[in-house]
Amino acid sequence: MSPDGAHAPVRVKFDVESARREFPILEERIHGRPLVYLDNANTTQKPKQVLETLDEFYRHQNANIHRATHLLSERATAAYEGARAKIARFIGARETGEIVLTKGCTDSLNLAAQSFARPRLKPGDEILVTWLEHHSNIVPWQLIAQVTGAKLHVVPIDESGDLGLEEFEKHLTGRTKIVSVTHISNALGTVLPVREIVELAHDRGIPVIVDGAQSAAHMPVDVQAIGCDFFAFSSHKMYGPTGSGALYGKRRWLDEMPPCQGGGDMISTVSFEESTWAPVPHKFEAGTPNIAGVVGFGAAVDFLRRYDIAEVAAHEHDLLEYGTARLAEIPGLRIIGTAARKSGVLSFVMDGIHPHDIGTVLDQAGVAIRTGQHCAQPVMDRYGIPATARISFGLYNTRADIDAAIPPLHDVRKLFG
Amino acid sequence: MDSLRELYQDVILDHHRKPRNRREMPEASAKASGHNPLCGDRVSVFVKMDGDVLHDVSFVGSGCAISQASASMMTDCLKGRTRTEIEQVASAFQRLVTEDQASMPEGDDLVEKLEAFSGVREFPSRVKCASLAWHALRAALDQPGGTVSTE
Repeated sequence: MSPDGAHAPVRVKFDVESARREFPILEERIHGRPLVYLDNANTTQKPKQVLETLDEFYRHQNANIHRATHLLSERATAAYEGARAKIARFIGARETGEIVLTKGCTDSLNLAAQSFARPRLKPGDEILVTWLEHHSNIVPWQLIAQVTGAKLHVVPIDESGDLGLEEFEKHLTGRTKIVSVTHISNALGTVLPVREIVELAHDRGIPVIVDGAQSAAHMPVDVQAIGCDFFAFSSHKMYGPTGSGALYGKRRWLDEMPPCQGGGDMISTVSFEESTWAPVPHKFEAGTPNIAGVVGFGAAVDFLRRYDIAEVAAHEHDLLEYGTARLAEIPGLRIIGTAARKSGVLSFVMDGIHPHDIGTVLDQAGVAIRTGQHCAQPVMDRYGIPATARISFGLYNTRADIDAAIPPLHDVRKLFG
Repeated sequence: MDSLRELYQDVILDHHRKPRNRREMPEASAKASGHNPLCGDRVSVFVKMDGDVLHDVSFVGSGCAISQASASMMTDCLKGRTRTEIEQVASAFQRLVTEDQASMPEGDDLVEKLEAFSGVREFPSRVKCASLAWHALRAALDQPGGTVSTE
Protein backbone atom coordinates (compact mmCIF):
# COMPACT_ATOMS: atom_id res chain seq x y z
CA MET A 1 0.00 0.00 0.00
CA SER A 2 1.19 3.45 -0.81
CA PRO A 3 1.28 5.45 2.43
CA ASP A 4 0.03 8.63 0.83
CA GLY A 5 -2.42 6.88 -1.48
CA ALA A 6 -0.68 8.56 -4.37
CA HIS A 7 -1.30 5.84 -6.93
CA ALA A 8 -4.55 6.45 -8.74
CA PRO A 9 -6.48 3.24 -9.45
CA VAL A 10 -6.56 2.20 -13.08
CA ARG A 11 -9.58 3.85 -14.72
CA VAL A 12 -12.07 1.47 -16.35
CA LYS A 13 -15.17 2.24 -18.37
CA PHE A 14 -18.26 1.94 -16.17
CA ASP A 15 -20.21 -1.21 -16.86
CA VAL A 16 -23.07 -2.12 -14.54
CA GLU A 17 -22.79 -5.89 -14.95
CA SER A 18 -19.13 -6.01 -13.99
CA ALA A 19 -19.78 -3.49 -11.18
CA ARG A 20 -22.49 -5.80 -9.80
CA ARG A 21 -20.00 -8.67 -9.56
CA GLU A 22 -18.01 -6.59 -7.08
CA PHE A 23 -20.87 -6.72 -4.54
CA PRO A 24 -21.23 -10.16 -2.93
CA ILE A 25 -24.42 -9.19 -1.06
CA LEU A 26 -26.29 -8.92 -4.35
CA GLU A 27 -26.25 -12.75 -4.38
CA GLU A 28 -28.36 -12.74 -1.22
CA ARG A 29 -31.91 -14.08 -1.26
CA ILE A 30 -34.64 -12.29 0.68
CA HIS A 31 -37.81 -14.23 1.56
CA GLY A 32 -36.69 -16.74 -1.08
CA ARG A 33 -36.32 -14.08 -3.80
CA PRO A 34 -33.17 -12.47 -5.22
CA LEU A 35 -32.31 -9.27 -3.38
CA VAL A 36 -33.23 -6.11 -5.26
CA TYR A 37 -31.60 -3.35 -3.25
CA LEU A 38 -33.18 0.05 -3.91
CA ASP A 39 -32.40 1.79 -0.61
CA ASN A 40 -29.09 3.40 -1.51
CA ALA A 41 -29.86 6.88 -0.22
CA ASN A 42 -30.19 5.19 3.16
CA THR A 43 -26.96 3.23 2.94
CA THR A 44 -25.07 1.56 0.12
CA GLN A 45 -23.72 -1.98 -0.16
CA LYS A 46 -19.99 -2.67 0.04
CA PRO A 47 -17.76 -3.96 -2.78
CA LYS A 48 -15.19 -6.75 -2.34
CA GLN A 49 -12.44 -4.17 -2.38
CA VAL A 50 -13.81 -2.63 0.84
CA LEU A 51 -14.53 -5.99 2.50
CA GLU A 52 -11.05 -7.28 1.67
CA THR A 53 -9.40 -4.09 2.88
CA LEU A 54 -11.17 -4.38 6.24
CA ASP A 55 -10.12 -8.01 6.52
CA GLU A 56 -6.56 -7.19 5.50
CA PHE A 57 -6.41 -4.33 8.00
CA TYR A 58 -7.49 -6.44 10.97
CA ARG A 59 -5.26 -9.35 9.93
CA HIS A 60 -2.07 -7.49 9.10
CA GLN A 61 -2.14 -3.83 10.14
CA ASN A 62 -4.25 -3.42 13.28
CA ALA A 63 -2.75 -1.20 15.98
CA ASN A 64 -3.46 2.25 17.35
CA ILE A 65 -2.35 5.15 15.18
CA HIS A 66 0.02 8.06 15.83
CA ARG A 67 1.06 6.59 19.19
CA ALA A 68 3.56 3.82 19.06
CA THR A 69 6.98 3.08 17.68
CA HIS A 70 6.24 -0.47 16.63
CA LEU A 71 5.83 -1.56 13.04
CA LEU A 72 2.14 -2.42 13.24
CA SER A 73 1.34 1.05 14.48
CA GLU A 74 3.31 2.49 11.60
CA ARG A 75 1.30 0.35 9.18
CA ALA A 76 -1.99 1.39 10.76
CA THR A 77 -0.98 5.06 10.72
CA ALA A 78 0.08 4.85 7.09
CA ALA A 79 -3.20 3.17 6.14
CA TYR A 80 -5.26 5.74 8.07
CA GLU A 81 -3.41 8.78 6.75
CA GLY A 82 -3.29 7.21 3.28
CA ALA A 83 -7.09 7.01 3.34
CA ARG A 84 -7.27 10.70 4.28
CA ALA A 85 -5.13 11.54 1.24
CA LYS A 86 -7.38 9.49 -1.06
CA ILE A 87 -10.51 11.14 0.31
CA ALA A 88 -8.94 14.60 -0.07
CA ARG A 89 -8.06 13.90 -3.69
CA PHE A 90 -11.47 12.40 -4.45
CA ILE A 91 -13.32 15.63 -3.65
CA GLY A 92 -10.62 17.96 -4.93
CA ALA A 93 -9.34 19.42 -1.65
CA ARG A 94 -6.24 21.63 -1.99
CA GLU A 95 -4.40 19.62 0.65
CA THR A 96 -4.83 16.47 2.71
CA GLY A 97 -4.97 18.50 5.95
CA GLU A 98 -8.28 19.98 4.87
CA ILE A 99 -9.98 16.63 5.53
CA VAL A 100 -11.15 16.06 9.11
CA LEU A 101 -12.13 12.43 9.62
CA THR A 102 -15.37 12.00 11.54
CA LYS A 103 -17.98 9.42 12.48
CA GLY A 104 -20.06 10.38 9.47
CA CYS A 105 -21.88 13.25 7.81
CA THR A 106 -23.97 14.04 10.89
CA ASP A 107 -20.82 14.27 12.99
CA SER A 108 -19.24 16.48 10.32
CA LEU A 109 -22.18 18.90 10.28
CA ASN A 110 -22.22 19.06 14.09
CA LEU A 111 -18.49 19.82 14.08
CA ALA A 112 -18.98 22.65 11.59
CA ALA A 113 -21.88 24.01 13.63
CA GLN A 114 -20.14 23.82 17.01
CA SER A 115 -16.56 24.74 16.13
CA PHE A 116 -16.99 27.06 13.16
CA ALA A 117 -20.42 28.66 13.41
CA ARG A 118 -21.09 28.89 17.12
CA PRO A 119 -18.29 31.38 17.97
CA ARG A 120 -19.38 33.60 15.06
CA LEU A 121 -23.05 33.92 16.00
CA LYS A 122 -24.76 36.63 18.08
CA PRO A 123 -28.40 37.14 19.08
CA GLY A 124 -30.46 38.13 16.03
CA ASP A 125 -28.08 36.56 13.50
CA GLU A 126 -29.57 34.12 11.00
CA ILE A 127 -28.49 30.66 9.91
CA LEU A 128 -29.93 30.02 6.46
CA VAL A 129 -30.98 26.50 5.44
CA THR A 130 -33.52 25.20 2.91
CA TRP A 131 -36.78 23.34 3.32
CA LEU A 132 -35.08 20.26 1.82
CA GLU A 133 -32.67 19.63 4.67
CA HIS A 134 -32.19 16.30 6.42
CA HIS A 135 -32.68 16.54 10.19
CA SER A 136 -28.89 16.42 10.51
CA ASN A 137 -28.69 19.81 8.80
CA ILE A 138 -31.49 21.29 10.93
CA VAL A 139 -31.07 20.08 14.48
CA PRO A 140 -27.33 20.94 14.93
CA TRP A 141 -28.27 24.52 13.97
CA GLN A 142 -31.17 24.59 16.40
CA LEU A 143 -28.79 23.45 19.14
CA ILE A 144 -26.41 26.34 18.53
CA ALA A 145 -29.28 28.78 17.94
CA GLN A 146 -30.45 27.99 21.48
CA VAL A 147 -27.11 28.92 23.02
CA THR A 148 -26.20 31.89 20.78
CA GLY A 149 -29.60 33.55 20.32
CA ALA A 150 -29.26 33.22 16.54
CA LYS A 151 -32.28 32.14 14.50
CA LEU A 152 -32.77 29.43 11.91
CA HIS A 153 -34.20 30.84 8.68
CA VAL A 154 -35.57 28.52 6.01
CA VAL A 155 -35.76 29.03 2.24
CA PRO A 156 -39.04 27.50 1.02
CA ILE A 157 -39.34 25.09 -1.90
CA ASP A 158 -41.89 25.07 -4.71
CA GLU A 159 -44.36 22.28 -5.51
CA SER A 160 -41.75 20.41 -7.57
CA GLY A 161 -39.39 20.33 -4.60
CA ASP A 162 -37.01 22.84 -6.13
CA LEU A 163 -35.83 26.25 -5.11
CA GLY A 164 -34.81 28.95 -7.53
CA LEU A 165 -31.72 31.07 -7.06
CA GLU A 166 -33.87 34.24 -7.11
CA GLU A 167 -35.90 32.87 -4.23
CA PHE A 168 -32.73 31.87 -2.42
CA GLU A 169 -31.20 35.31 -2.88
CA LYS A 170 -34.25 36.99 -1.32
CA HIS A 171 -33.49 35.22 1.95
CA LEU A 172 -29.87 36.35 2.11
CA THR A 173 -30.01 39.42 4.33
CA GLY A 174 -27.70 41.51 6.44
CA ARG A 175 -28.56 39.19 9.32
CA THR A 176 -27.45 36.01 7.51
CA LYS A 177 -24.16 34.82 9.00
CA ILE A 178 -24.04 31.17 7.89
CA VAL A 179 -25.55 29.27 4.96
CA SER A 180 -25.85 25.49 5.24
CA VAL A 181 -27.51 23.67 2.35
CA THR A 182 -27.88 20.17 1.07
CA HIS A 183 -26.29 19.29 -2.26
CA ILE A 184 -28.94 16.66 -3.03
CA SER A 185 -32.19 16.19 -1.11
CA ASN A 186 -32.29 12.69 0.37
CA ALA A 187 -36.09 12.74 0.46
CA LEU A 188 -36.82 14.07 -3.04
CA GLY A 189 -33.60 13.84 -5.05
CA THR A 190 -33.53 17.57 -5.92
CA VAL A 191 -30.02 18.70 -6.89
CA LEU A 192 -29.34 22.22 -5.63
CA PRO A 193 -27.13 24.63 -7.60
CA VAL A 194 -24.58 24.81 -4.80
CA ARG A 195 -21.95 26.57 -6.86
CA GLU A 196 -24.30 29.47 -7.60
CA ILE A 197 -25.53 29.48 -3.99
CA VAL A 198 -21.93 29.79 -2.81
CA GLU A 199 -21.34 32.69 -5.22
CA LEU A 200 -24.39 34.58 -3.97
CA ALA A 201 -23.39 34.03 -0.35
CA HIS A 202 -19.72 34.83 -0.86
CA ASP A 203 -20.64 38.08 -2.63
CA ARG A 204 -22.01 39.07 0.78
CA GLY A 205 -19.13 37.58 2.75
CA ILE A 206 -21.21 34.68 4.12
CA PRO A 207 -19.54 31.27 4.47
CA VAL A 208 -21.34 28.20 3.09
CA ILE A 209 -21.50 24.64 4.38
CA VAL A 210 -22.67 21.94 1.95
CA ASP A 211 -24.22 18.65 3.11
CA GLY A 212 -22.84 16.24 0.52
CA ALA A 213 -24.15 12.99 2.01
CA GLN A 214 -26.21 12.21 -1.11
CA SER A 215 -23.93 13.66 -3.76
CA ALA A 216 -20.40 12.44 -3.12
CA ALA A 217 -20.92 9.00 -4.73
CA HIS A 218 -23.49 10.01 -7.34
CA MET A 219 -22.03 12.98 -9.21
CA PRO A 220 -18.59 14.44 -9.76
CA VAL A 221 -17.75 16.61 -6.75
CA ASP A 222 -14.97 19.19 -6.75
CA VAL A 223 -15.04 21.31 -3.61
CA GLN A 224 -12.81 23.95 -5.14
CA ALA A 225 -15.11 24.32 -8.15
CA ILE A 226 -18.13 24.54 -5.82
CA GLY A 227 -16.19 27.02 -3.73
CA CYS A 228 -17.88 26.03 -0.47
CA ASP A 229 -16.19 26.61 2.87
CA PHE A 230 -17.13 23.17 4.21
CA PHE A 231 -18.37 19.94 2.64
CA ALA A 232 -19.70 17.12 4.83
CA PHE A 233 -20.07 13.51 3.70
CA SER A 234 -20.36 9.89 4.87
CA SER A 235 -18.42 6.77 3.93
CA HIS A 236 -21.40 4.44 4.21
CA LYS A 237 -23.33 6.23 1.47
CA MET A 238 -20.27 5.88 -0.80
CA TYR A 239 -19.92 2.08 -0.69
CA GLY A 240 -17.67 2.28 2.39
CA PRO A 241 -18.17 1.16 6.01
CA THR A 242 -20.54 2.80 8.48
CA GLY A 243 -19.12 4.92 11.28
CA SER A 244 -16.73 6.98 9.23
CA GLY A 245 -17.07 10.19 7.27
CA ALA A 246 -15.32 13.45 6.65
CA LEU A 247 -15.60 17.19 6.90
CA TYR A 248 -13.71 19.14 4.26
CA GLY A 249 -12.94 22.65 5.44
CA LYS A 250 -10.88 25.45 3.96
CA ARG A 251 -7.56 25.50 5.72
CA ARG A 252 -7.87 29.05 7.02
CA TRP A 253 -11.16 28.20 8.76
CA LEU A 254 -9.85 24.95 10.22
CA ASP A 255 -6.79 26.76 11.56
CA GLU A 256 -8.87 29.29 13.48
CA MET A 257 -11.54 26.88 14.75
CA PRO A 258 -11.33 25.60 18.32
CA PRO A 259 -11.71 21.84 18.81
CA CYS A 260 -15.10 20.73 20.14
CA GLN A 261 -13.91 17.49 21.70
CA GLY A 262 -10.88 17.08 23.92
CA GLY A 263 -8.87 13.93 24.50
CA GLY A 264 -5.91 11.96 23.33
CA ASP A 265 -4.26 12.47 19.94
CA MET A 266 -5.68 15.99 19.50
CA ILE A 267 -3.18 17.77 21.74
CA SER A 268 0.28 19.14 21.42
CA THR A 269 1.02 19.61 25.13
CA VAL A 270 -1.13 19.04 28.21
CA SER A 271 -0.74 20.36 31.72
CA PHE A 272 -3.36 21.00 34.39
CA GLU A 273 -3.09 24.73 33.72
CA GLU A 274 -3.33 24.67 29.94
CA SER A 275 -3.21 22.47 26.89
CA THR A 276 -2.31 23.28 23.33
CA TRP A 277 -3.76 21.67 20.27
CA ALA A 278 -2.27 19.44 17.64
CA PRO A 279 -2.18 20.98 14.16
CA VAL A 280 -5.06 20.71 11.70
CA PRO A 281 -6.73 18.28 11.11
CA HIS A 282 -5.68 16.25 14.16
CA LYS A 283 -6.98 18.77 16.69
CA PHE A 284 -10.51 17.73 15.67
CA GLU A 285 -9.87 13.99 16.03
CA ALA A 286 -9.84 13.32 19.76
CA GLY A 287 -9.52 9.74 20.95
CA THR A 288 -8.89 6.56 19.01
CA PRO A 289 -10.90 6.94 15.81
CA ASN A 290 -12.67 4.29 13.75
CA ILE A 291 -9.35 3.34 12.15
CA ALA A 292 -10.57 0.36 10.14
CA GLY A 293 -13.65 2.33 9.08
CA VAL A 294 -11.47 5.12 7.72
CA VAL A 295 -9.19 2.65 5.93
CA GLY A 296 -12.30 1.03 4.44
CA PHE A 297 -13.53 4.49 3.42
CA GLY A 298 -10.26 4.93 1.54
CA ALA A 299 -10.86 1.61 -0.23
CA ALA A 300 -14.37 2.75 -1.19
CA VAL A 301 -12.88 5.89 -2.71
CA ASP A 302 -10.39 3.72 -4.61
CA PHE A 303 -13.34 1.67 -5.87
CA LEU A 304 -15.17 4.80 -7.05
CA ARG A 305 -12.05 6.27 -8.63
CA ARG A 306 -11.88 3.30 -10.99
CA TYR A 307 -14.84 4.89 -12.75
CA ASP A 308 -15.55 8.23 -14.29
CA ILE A 309 -18.26 9.37 -11.86
CA ALA A 310 -19.94 11.23 -14.71
CA GLU A 311 -20.56 7.81 -16.34
CA VAL A 312 -21.99 6.50 -13.07
CA ALA A 313 -24.22 9.59 -12.85
CA ALA A 314 -25.44 9.04 -16.44
CA HIS A 315 -26.29 5.42 -15.61
CA GLU A 316 -28.22 6.45 -12.50
CA HIS A 317 -30.00 9.18 -14.47
CA ASP A 318 -31.15 6.58 -16.99
CA LEU A 319 -32.57 4.56 -14.07
CA LEU A 320 -34.32 7.68 -12.77
CA GLU A 321 -36.00 8.32 -16.13
CA TYR A 322 -36.92 4.67 -16.65
CA GLY A 323 -38.19 4.35 -13.08
CA THR A 324 -40.23 7.55 -13.36
CA ALA A 325 -41.93 6.19 -16.49
CA ARG A 326 -42.59 2.75 -14.99
CA LEU A 327 -44.04 4.11 -11.75
CA ALA A 328 -46.48 6.16 -13.85
CA GLU A 329 -48.07 2.81 -14.86
CA ILE A 330 -49.32 2.22 -11.31
CA PRO A 331 -52.83 3.64 -10.79
CA GLY A 332 -53.09 6.12 -7.93
CA LEU A 333 -49.32 6.47 -7.54
CA ARG A 334 -47.91 9.99 -7.30
CA ILE A 335 -44.22 10.89 -7.37
CA ILE A 336 -43.24 13.52 -4.79
CA GLY A 337 -40.36 15.68 -6.00
CA THR A 338 -40.26 16.48 -9.70
CA ALA A 339 -37.50 19.08 -9.87
CA ALA A 340 -35.84 19.62 -13.24
CA ARG A 341 -32.47 18.54 -11.84
CA LYS A 342 -32.81 15.33 -9.87
CA SER A 343 -30.53 12.61 -8.62
CA GLY A 344 -31.52 8.92 -8.48
CA VAL A 345 -34.31 9.21 -5.92
CA LEU A 346 -37.98 8.34 -6.51
CA SER A 347 -40.20 9.27 -3.57
CA PHE A 348 -43.84 8.37 -4.00
CA VAL A 349 -47.21 7.94 -2.34
CA MET A 350 -50.23 5.82 -3.29
CA ASP A 351 -53.83 6.95 -2.73
CA GLY A 352 -55.19 5.74 0.60
CA ILE A 353 -52.24 3.42 1.24
CA HIS A 354 -49.60 4.12 3.84
CA PRO A 355 -45.96 3.84 2.65
CA HIS A 356 -45.18 1.44 5.49
CA ASP A 357 -47.58 -1.09 3.97
CA ILE A 358 -46.01 -0.56 0.54
CA GLY A 359 -42.58 -1.28 2.04
CA THR A 360 -43.71 -4.53 3.64
CA VAL A 361 -45.27 -5.84 0.42
CA LEU A 362 -42.16 -4.98 -1.62
CA ASP A 363 -39.90 -6.57 0.98
CA GLN A 364 -41.80 -9.84 0.62
CA ALA A 365 -40.87 -9.72 -3.07
CA GLY A 366 -37.19 -9.20 -2.18
CA VAL A 367 -37.30 -5.49 -3.04
CA ALA A 368 -35.72 -3.28 -0.36
CA ILE A 369 -36.91 0.33 -0.29
CA ARG A 370 -37.20 2.94 2.45
CA THR A 371 -40.52 4.11 3.80
CA GLY A 372 -41.15 6.88 6.27
CA GLN A 373 -40.14 10.48 6.71
CA HIS A 374 -36.51 9.98 5.62
CA CYS A 375 -35.30 12.17 8.52
CA ALA A 376 -36.86 15.07 6.64
CA GLN A 377 -40.12 15.75 8.47
CA PRO A 378 -40.42 19.36 7.19
CA VAL A 379 -40.42 18.05 3.60
CA MET A 380 -43.30 15.69 4.45
CA ASP A 381 -45.18 18.55 6.16
CA ARG A 382 -44.62 20.73 3.09
CA TYR A 383 -46.60 18.25 1.00
CA GLY A 384 -49.11 17.46 3.75
CA ILE A 385 -48.21 13.77 3.73
CA PRO A 386 -47.19 11.61 6.68
CA ALA A 387 -44.48 9.74 4.80
CA THR A 388 -43.37 8.48 1.40
CA ALA A 389 -42.04 5.27 -0.08
CA ARG A 390 -38.63 5.87 -1.62
CA ILE A 391 -36.65 4.06 -4.27
CA SER A 392 -33.05 5.25 -4.49
CA PHE A 393 -30.40 4.02 -6.88
CA GLY A 394 -26.82 2.93 -6.55
CA LEU A 395 -24.35 2.22 -9.31
CA TYR A 396 -25.16 -1.52 -9.28
CA ASN A 397 -28.87 -1.08 -9.98
CA THR A 398 -30.35 -2.01 -13.34
CA ARG A 399 -33.59 -1.48 -15.22
CA ALA A 400 -34.42 -5.08 -14.23
CA ASP A 401 -34.35 -3.97 -10.57
CA ILE A 402 -37.04 -1.41 -11.34
CA ASP A 403 -39.03 -4.02 -13.26
CA ALA A 404 -38.90 -6.24 -10.16
CA ALA A 405 -40.62 -3.53 -8.11
CA ILE A 406 -43.59 -3.13 -10.47
CA PRO A 407 -45.58 -6.38 -9.86
CA PRO A 408 -45.49 -5.98 -6.04
CA LEU A 409 -46.68 -2.38 -6.47
CA HIS A 410 -49.69 -3.76 -8.35
CA ASP A 411 -50.11 -6.27 -5.49
CA VAL A 412 -50.20 -3.33 -3.06
CA ARG A 413 -53.18 -1.93 -4.96
CA LYS A 414 -54.91 -5.33 -4.98
CA LEU A 415 -54.39 -5.80 -1.25
CA PHE A 416 -55.30 -2.33 -0.01
CA GLY A 417 -57.08 -0.67 -2.94
CA MET B 1 -48.39 -13.28 -0.91
CA ASP B 2 -48.87 -16.02 1.73
CA SER B 3 -47.00 -14.42 4.60
CA LEU B 4 -48.50 -11.10 3.56
CA ARG B 5 -51.96 -12.58 4.08
CA GLU B 6 -50.78 -13.81 7.49
CA LEU B 7 -49.97 -10.21 8.34
CA TYR B 8 -52.84 -8.54 6.54
CA GLN B 9 -55.70 -10.84 7.53
CA ASP B 10 -59.15 -10.01 6.18
CA VAL B 11 -60.41 -8.67 9.48
CA ILE B 12 -57.44 -6.27 9.61
CA LEU B 13 -58.00 -5.08 6.04
CA ASP B 14 -61.69 -4.64 6.84
CA HIS B 15 -60.97 -2.42 9.86
CA HIS B 16 -58.39 -0.53 7.82
CA ARG B 17 -60.95 0.22 5.11
CA LYS B 18 -63.84 0.84 7.50
CA PRO B 19 -62.40 1.94 10.82
CA ARG B 20 -64.78 1.77 13.80
CA ASN B 21 -64.98 4.50 16.46
CA ARG B 22 -62.87 6.82 14.39
CA ARG B 23 -63.97 10.22 15.66
CA GLU B 24 -63.01 13.02 17.93
CA MET B 25 -64.69 12.97 21.32
CA PRO B 26 -65.23 16.50 22.66
CA GLU B 27 -66.66 15.18 25.93
CA ALA B 28 -63.71 12.83 26.56
CA SER B 29 -62.40 12.60 30.11
CA ALA B 30 -58.85 12.07 28.80
CA LYS B 31 -56.95 11.96 25.55
CA ALA B 32 -53.45 10.80 24.64
CA SER B 33 -51.50 10.77 21.42
CA GLY B 34 -48.96 8.32 20.10
CA HIS B 35 -46.48 9.00 17.35
CA ASN B 36 -43.96 6.83 15.60
CA PRO B 37 -41.39 9.30 14.31
CA LEU B 38 -39.78 6.72 12.04
CA CYS B 39 -42.75 6.07 9.80
CA GLY B 40 -45.06 8.94 10.67
CA ASP B 41 -47.86 6.87 12.21
CA ARG B 42 -50.02 9.02 14.47
CA VAL B 43 -52.94 8.09 16.64
CA SER B 44 -54.87 9.95 19.31
CA VAL B 45 -57.09 7.97 21.66
CA PHE B 46 -60.05 9.54 23.51
CA VAL B 47 -61.51 7.90 26.60
CA LYS B 48 -64.60 8.64 28.65
CA MET B 49 -64.66 6.90 31.99
CA ASP B 50 -67.73 6.10 34.04
CA GLY B 51 -66.23 5.24 37.41
CA ASP B 52 -64.01 2.24 36.75
CA VAL B 53 -65.61 1.47 33.39
CA LEU B 54 -64.48 2.68 29.98
CA HIS B 55 -67.83 4.15 28.95
CA ASP B 56 -66.64 5.28 25.51
CA VAL B 57 -63.40 5.16 23.53
CA SER B 58 -62.51 6.52 20.09
CA PHE B 59 -59.49 7.41 18.02
CA VAL B 60 -58.29 9.60 15.19
CA GLY B 61 -55.05 9.29 13.31
CA SER B 62 -53.22 8.41 10.19
CA GLY B 63 -50.83 5.64 9.49
CA CYS B 64 -50.38 2.21 8.05
CA ALA B 65 -53.07 -0.45 7.83
CA ILE B 66 -51.71 -2.23 10.90
CA SER B 67 -51.70 0.83 13.15
CA GLN B 68 -55.15 2.02 12.12
CA ALA B 69 -56.80 -1.42 12.20
CA SER B 70 -55.25 -2.06 15.59
CA ALA B 71 -56.73 1.19 16.91
CA SER B 72 -60.11 0.38 15.42
CA MET B 73 -60.27 -3.18 16.81
CA MET B 74 -58.93 -2.03 20.17
CA THR B 75 -61.74 0.47 20.61
CA ASP B 76 -64.32 -2.10 19.53
CA CYS B 77 -63.01 -4.61 22.01
CA LEU B 78 -62.46 -2.44 25.08
CA LYS B 79 -65.59 -0.31 25.23
CA GLY B 80 -67.55 -1.14 28.40
CA ARG B 81 -64.71 -2.96 30.15
CA THR B 82 -63.18 -2.16 33.55
CA ARG B 83 -59.63 -0.94 34.02
CA THR B 84 -58.56 -4.38 35.23
CA GLU B 85 -60.06 -6.10 32.21
CA ILE B 86 -58.44 -3.56 29.91
CA GLU B 87 -55.06 -4.15 31.50
CA GLN B 88 -55.45 -7.91 30.99
CA VAL B 89 -56.39 -7.56 27.33
CA ALA B 90 -53.66 -5.00 26.65
CA SER B 91 -50.98 -7.21 28.25
CA ALA B 92 -52.20 -10.24 26.31
CA PHE B 93 -52.11 -8.20 23.09
CA GLN B 94 -48.57 -7.01 23.75
CA ARG B 95 -47.46 -10.62 24.27
CA LEU B 96 -49.36 -11.69 21.16
CA VAL B 97 -47.43 -9.35 18.88
CA THR B 98 -44.01 -9.97 20.43
CA GLU B 99 -43.84 -13.54 21.73
CA ASP B 100 -43.92 -16.78 19.78
CA GLN B 101 -46.79 -19.11 20.73
CA ALA B 102 -48.63 -16.35 22.60
CA SER B 103 -52.35 -16.11 21.96
CA MET B 104 -55.33 -14.12 23.17
CA PRO B 105 -57.47 -15.61 25.96
CA GLU B 106 -60.45 -17.60 24.71
CA GLY B 107 -64.11 -17.21 25.53
CA ASP B 108 -64.76 -13.64 24.39
CA ASP B 109 -65.35 -12.98 20.68
CA LEU B 110 -64.02 -9.43 20.65
CA VAL B 111 -60.85 -10.46 22.49
CA GLU B 112 -60.33 -13.53 20.31
CA LYS B 113 -60.69 -11.40 17.19
CA LEU B 114 -57.44 -9.63 18.14
CA GLU B 115 -55.68 -12.92 17.39
CA ALA B 116 -55.61 -11.61 13.81
CA PHE B 117 -52.54 -9.58 14.81
CA SER B 118 -50.46 -12.69 15.60
CA GLY B 119 -48.82 -12.38 12.15
CA VAL B 120 -47.21 -9.12 13.25
CA ARG B 121 -44.57 -10.90 15.30
CA GLU B 122 -43.03 -12.25 12.09
CA PHE B 123 -42.47 -8.61 11.07
CA PRO B 124 -40.42 -7.00 13.86
CA SER B 125 -40.49 -3.60 12.16
CA ARG B 126 -44.29 -3.63 12.37
CA VAL B 127 -44.71 -4.43 16.09
CA LYS B 128 -44.60 -0.73 16.90
CA CYS B 129 -47.41 -0.09 14.44
CA ALA B 130 -49.66 -2.64 16.13
CA SER B 131 -48.80 -1.37 19.63
CA LEU B 132 -49.14 2.36 19.01
CA ALA B 133 -52.84 2.79 19.84
CA TRP B 134 -52.51 0.53 22.88
CA HIS B 135 -49.67 2.66 24.28
CA ALA B 136 -51.76 5.77 23.69
CA LEU B 137 -54.74 4.18 25.44
CA ARG B 138 -52.65 3.30 28.48
CA ALA B 139 -51.29 6.86 28.57
CA ALA B 140 -54.82 8.23 28.38
CA LEU B 141 -55.91 6.01 31.26
CA ASP B 142 -52.81 6.79 33.36
CA GLN B 143 -51.83 10.34 32.53
CA PRO B 144 -54.58 12.35 30.91
CA GLY B 145 -53.21 14.56 28.14
CA GLY B 146 -49.90 12.74 27.83
CA THR B 147 -48.13 11.99 24.57
CA VAL B 148 -46.37 8.71 24.05
CA SER B 149 -43.95 7.60 21.43
CA THR B 150 -43.11 4.11 20.31
CA GLU B 151 -39.48 5.14 19.84
